[in-house]
Amino acid sequence: MNIESVKFRLGKSSGFQILIYTLAFACVIPLLFILGYILEAGITKINWHFLVNIPKPVGESGGGIANALLGSVLIIAVASVIAIPIGIMAGIYLSENKKSRLAYWCRLSTDILQGVPSIVIGIVIYFWLVRPLGFSALAGSVALAIMMLPIIVRSTEETLKLLPDSLKEAGLALGLPFHRVIFKVILPVGVGGILSGVMLSIARITGETAPLLFTAFGNPYLSVNMTKPMQSLPLLIYNYATSPYTDWLNLAWGASVVLLLWVLFLNIFTKIITRKWKVQL
Amino acid sequence: MESTIIKSRNFNASFGTNHVVKNVNIDIPRNQIVAVMGPSGCGKTTYLRCINRMHELIPGASSSGEMRLNNEDIYQMHPIFVRLKIGMVFQRPNPFPNLSIYDNVIAGYKLNGIKLPKADRDRIVEHSLTSVALWNEVKDSLNKKGSFLSGGQQQRLCIARCVAMEPEVILFDEPTSALDPISTSTVEELFHELKKNYTLVIVTHNMQQAARVSDKTAFFFLGELVEYDETKTMFTNPKDNRTQNYITGRFS
Amino acid sequence: MDTSVENGSITRSDIPLRVISSSPEAILKAKKRTRLSFRQIRTETIFKKTLMIMGLIMIILVLGILLTLIVQSLPSIKALGPSYLWGKVWNPVSDVYGAWPFLLGTLLTSFLALAISIPFSISVAIFLGEYHPQGWLPNLLKDTVELIAAVPSVIYGFWGLAVLVPIVRDLETHIGVEPVGVGIFSSSLILAIMIIPYAASLGRSMINMVPSHLKEAAYALGATRWEVIRSVILPYTKSGLFAGILLSLGRALGETMAVTMVIGNTSLIPKNIFSPGNTMASVIANEFTEADKPVYLSALIELGLVLFLVTVVINMIGKKIIDRVTND
Repeated sequence: MNIESVKFRLGKSSGFQILIYTLAFACVIPLLFILGYILEAGITKINWHFLVNIPKPVGESGGGIANALLGSVLIIAVASVIAIPIGIMAGIYLSENKKSRLAYWCRLSTDILQGVPSIVIGIVIYFWLVRPLGFSALAGSVALAIMMLPIIVRSTEETLKLLPDSLKEAGLALGLPFHRVIFKVILPVGVGGILSGVMLSIARITGETAPLLFTAFGNPYLSVNMTKPMQSLPLLIYNYATSPYTDWLNLAWGASVVLLLWVLFLNIFTKIITRKWKVQL
Repeated sequence: MESTIIKSRNFNASFGTNHVVKNVNIDIPRNQIVAVMGPSGCGKTTYLRCINRMHELIPGASSSGEMRLNNEDIYQMHPIFVRLKIGMVFQRPNPFPNLSIYDNVIAGYKLNGIKLPKADRDRIVEHSLTSVALWNEVKDSLNKKGSFLSGGQQQRLCIARCVAMEPEVILFDEPTSALDPISTSTVEELFHELKKNYTLVIVTHNMQQAARVSDKTAFFFLGELVEYDETKTMFTNPKDNRTQNYITGRFS
Repeated sequence: MDTSVENGSITRSDIPLRVISSSPEAILKAKKRTRLSFRQIRTETIFKKTLMIMGLIMIILVLGILLTLIVQSLPSIKALGPSYLWGKVWNPVSDVYGAWPFLLGTLLTSFLALAISIPFSISVAIFLGEYHPQGWLPNLLKDTVELIAAVPSVIYGFWGLAVLVPIVRDLETHIGVEPVGVGIFSSSLILAIMIIPYAASLGRSMINMVPSHLKEAAYALGATRWEVIRSVILPYTKSGLFAGILLSLGRALGETMAVTMVIGNTSLIPKNIFSPGNTMASVIANEFTEADKPVYLSALIELGLVLFLVTVVINMIGKKIIDRVTND
């Protein structure tokens, strides 16, 4: 081995390092470009009118995304009400029953559910709820709730698994019944992790369109009726972005900015809580 | 009142097929301190956890035989009732991290949803903390969380939490093994006071501690109760060879 | 309830508290306490059963989804048989159903996206796992890459339609291909961006887990950094990186919105990567509401079933590999 070959090897190593650094940071470029483009295209479209009016028919200018905003909020809220209790309790069940057969299948089901494409969930809910009862915001909420469940179950289970056994034992030894040990001793200490999981799941479904295509379906008007079709932000963007009308395209840009900021805010907020509570998800 | 508070007859405990407590017969006298000692893995902790029915919480664990509190079979009672009468203090101090010191002491009531008038609550907290010699140290920080307390203070807080429930028996599972020597002696001083109102059963791997604090001592070895006698007698004139070997340090 | 009081102790076992005094208030308190305890024991049983039911719900959901997909695909399975899957023509108007254009479209877009994104994902993984595990800049990079996964796919699709497609159209005029802009190529590009975070994040944690004593052994022999990565880290993390790639692939296969908006919605077999086409997910999204015949709808559902099975299998394999690697 001589100096030349060592220099060559060192050169290769430096070259490789440059390559890795370049490619790694290059990933960020498309994202920043996309974010920047969307913000620039849409930010000018946003004003008070935009937020409180519903879309106008083709040809009329003005109009806004009020129906989509309200719709998104309602659909997500109902989805959360469905998914959070079930998810947390299933997570508690898994953390308390590490070895039972039911727990094994439950864990497996949760993992499977996490990988199901969102459009498949949408078409299944179509058959469960829309065929018999018609398009409805509720059906959309159910579809979104199914997508939230694996995330909430997993993060609850992981959070509770990290808690020391001595905590539970202290509660039990005091004569507390099991449900009080969970609600008054375990959950208060694990609330950070569980909350992070919940927020993560909400951030995940806020931008989802596919499950709503054949369930909530969309609605040009403002509505609070969960049993009828309802508009949501991602649905509106999809419909209007693929249309040929400039007015509608502008609406879609503005809506994209709102959705983007909303989703980014949720994600960043979740990251902050997770770091603050030093939780592992 | 009978002088025996806890009676075990032919008591066995297992983890699955692993038989760890074999045929224990013991009478624990009221208002005395019984030390349970023995080498690691001899079954002493398992036996202790059977007394307040914590053993059965482990999947696959089982037990058989008689265990009586005041002549009632505790395995015929609901475990919650058992644990309200038999408290436990653990090896590592485990105060509830999200509760204040005050709330920790009355946790047995508060977390159970029992609403006591404030005067009662204050009285219980002061009485319990006084009986563990912690009142003066924390009376000005009752609303703070207990994280600033030292290990010894945290353990005394756990004892106070136990005492607040007015149990008949308090079980101690190696209560000072995680503490420094000074905290250890503070806790040991408490035992003498506590036995006036409670019966104490203390599992310890430190036989000097057993000799120091207890009235009677039980020696477990390989799952069996080898010898059970007045502490003075056990340590000066043990009857069984195995006890003799343990005391003289042949194994530990 | 008959109570006997002896020297300050109420000895009935169902009164849980010992009372120091035998005053009537104390006994009343003890009785209240007992009633509370009995109620609590009932609640405890109900709670435990409820937990179990919640666990059961997860299982029922998955089984329900599978069952629905199968039942709704049956008309198409019966009418078209297995040759549906390699049928080359999709023309519902004339009652001709062939899924091959979509299978091909899915495979092309997903694997092309993988091929484009893997160098970037692995680079991020190596950078964050080996070169710079700590520090504010790497953490910023990590967060930014994770943010890529957070952006809704409909926004990627919209941007793709507005920005990427015209660029690709120009490219196509230069190459001499029909300048449509939309097509397999554009979809693959967008998909590639979207799936970077999955392999990157898993890869990073795998690379982080390489025991330092192995690396030190190589350094001590005079290896350069690149040589340590090539001969120690990469072989050690081979399975883990593969699992990460599988996860990215699973994501790509199921991605609907961005692809639908940019792929051109053409149910023909793509001639080359610049042709418009359709994936299984995009054809479902596009034609589900137009399916007016039972066999038509059922044929689409059958695609959904295939998608479900394929993505589930890929994700399960990925998870199994991860479990095996982290438990070693």
